[in-house]
Amino acid sequence: MTRYVAGRVAQAVAVLWAAYTLTFAILYLLPSDPMELQLAAAGIQPDSLTAEQVAAMKAQFGLDRSIGAQYWHHLTGLLHGDLGTSLTQRVPVTELIAQRIGPTLQLSAAAAVVSLVAGSALAYLATFFRWNPLRVALTRLPAVGASFPQFFVALFLIQFFSFQLGWFPALGNEGPSSLVMPVVTISVLASSVLAQVLVKSFDETLRQPYIVTARAKGLSRSAVHLKHAFRNAALPAMTILGVIVGVTVTSSIVVETVFTREGVGRLAQESVLAQDVPVVLAVVTLAATVFVTVNLIVDLLYPLLDPRISHLVHKGAM
Amino acid sequence: MRRGAHLTQLTRKPLFLIASLYVVFVLVSAFFPRLFTSRDPYQTDPASAMQGPGAGHLFGTDIYGRDLWTRVLYGSPLTIKATLIALAIALVVGLTLGIVSGFFGGVTDALLMRFIDVLLAIPGLLLALSIVTALGYGTIPVAVAVGVGIVPGFARTTRAEVLRVKTLPYVEAARAGGAGWGRVLIRHILPNSWGPVAVLAVLDAGVAVIAIASLSFLGFGAAPPAAEWGTLIADGRNYLVTSWWLSLLPGLFVALLVLSLNHISKTFQELAR
Repeated sequence: MTRYVAGRVAQAVAVLWAAYTLTFAILYLLPSDPMELQLAAAGIQPDSLTAEQVAAMKAQFGLDRSIGAQYWHHLTGLLHGDLGTSLTQRVPVTELIAQRIGPTLQLSAAAAVVSLVAGSALAYLATFFRWNPLRVALTRLPAVGASFPQFFVALFLIQFFSFQLGWFPALGNEGPSSLVMPVVTISVLASSVLAQVLVKSFDETLRQPYIVTARAKGLSRSAVHLKHAFRNAALPAMTILGVIVGVTVTSSIVVETVFTREGVGRLAQESVLAQDVPVVLAVVTLAATVFVTVNLIVDLLYPLLDPRISHLVHKGAM
Repeated sequence: MRRGAHLTQLTRKPLFLIASLYVVFVLVSAFFPRLFTSRDPYQTDPASAMQGPGAGHLFGTDIYGRDLWTRVLYGSPLTIKATLIALAIALVVGLTLGIVSGFFGGVTDALLMRFIDVLLAIPGLLLALSIVTALGYGTIPVAVAVGVGIVPGFARTTRAEVLRVKTLPYVEAARAGGAGWGRVLIRHILPNSWGPVAVLAVLDAGVAVIAIASLSFLGFGAAPPAAEWGTLIADGRNYLVTSWWLSLLPGLFVALLVLSLNHISKTFQELAR
């Protein structure tokens, strides 16, 4: 077991390193001239500089070194918790992210919880009701929810609940009421993704012999649905927990931009607009870390929740 | 026989028909916008600025009095073009990776699949953002970014199908009958593997439309006054208080397209079962 865990952790670290390297390669190796990008990001016209000034700027940004040396510099910096310096704001990237991670964490955590509850409830009800029109409507609902672009959902909510009804503020991150609409926007998508997987899993579980047995021995339909079907159906759906977290994290880019929340998602949008390469690299690395870590945790916890799956069986039993 | 039965089954599904008609309408209007509007997308008319949707202007008018319906239709080519480029990239690269991986197996397969794992470790939109940062803004960079983002799905599905078909008796029979691997691949494996890939392509067309609209909504698409859907919606956002139609109607237009594509893909999936 320890060997399995160690191997799985090592694999996750390797994937993260590769993802970092790939992002670095995309950002630093693609045809655009990094010097020009960085001058533009700093708001300087390249023509207005002498050759010495350009050389000095290159040295300041570390661009006079070979790409390998730059990569090594960034990677060792990353391992020491240094993500480089923002080109537009001239402050350490870690500081920028630290300033803005709060609202994003609140938003992502709240959205993940709401999506889990809403998605499970929807799948539960869609498979529980026997009146066909309602059943079909509930089963189709997630597909509809996943089809609406998030900016559309967000703008619709703003128009209806802020401007028509005046219930929630349209912008900003002041107080809990400003969290409601962003969380709903993300949850529409994330809970739809979850519900689609759960409904499929429910359908399969409900066909199992132990469901028939439980009914036959006299348990009510609702008891069987909750105690036998739900718990078994929820297990396979756990594997997409990583996807759900991935959806909430990436959604924060669009959602924070629409609702003008000062979070990391909006930081990502701003830095891409300003072509602030170190910040983009840092945000992508951060998101990949979150995503890979959640997947790792789910993988490691899964055998504990489902005793049928074990990483030890290979030697003796079978 | 089977194909014919499928077709009659399809015509009996009204929602599927509506969805297909809508997709066809959007495609036709993207290439021939003149068929559905007689106005000019850049023609300003201050006298009729900020009119709500109605008989004269189906989607209303913007702050310069431009007809929004016309601007949405003229925005279609850009977004449709970007979607097609993204899908082409995903298909070519994804199919190649999947076929090579599934067909050759062994070390090649292991290496390629690890590469796909790495691509999947970076959440799609963020991968797209880094590509856009490196390539710059515009329709083509956005299309490339979105296309690369959906490569992993294609590669994995193709690989799984190739692996499945490769072991079927008729492939063995073809081999035993003296056909070379190249011929077996082209004549036997590929024609029998493309079903799930085609379903995925339709589904990913919807994903690509959302991603492209989102990226241009965030401000990375074509420069104004070109009217990409996402840009239109983002512009309309500034007038949301007084003129809701400016962003909500183009948004609905996009949402219906994605909904239709997803429904078509889902219907195909159900039929294949």
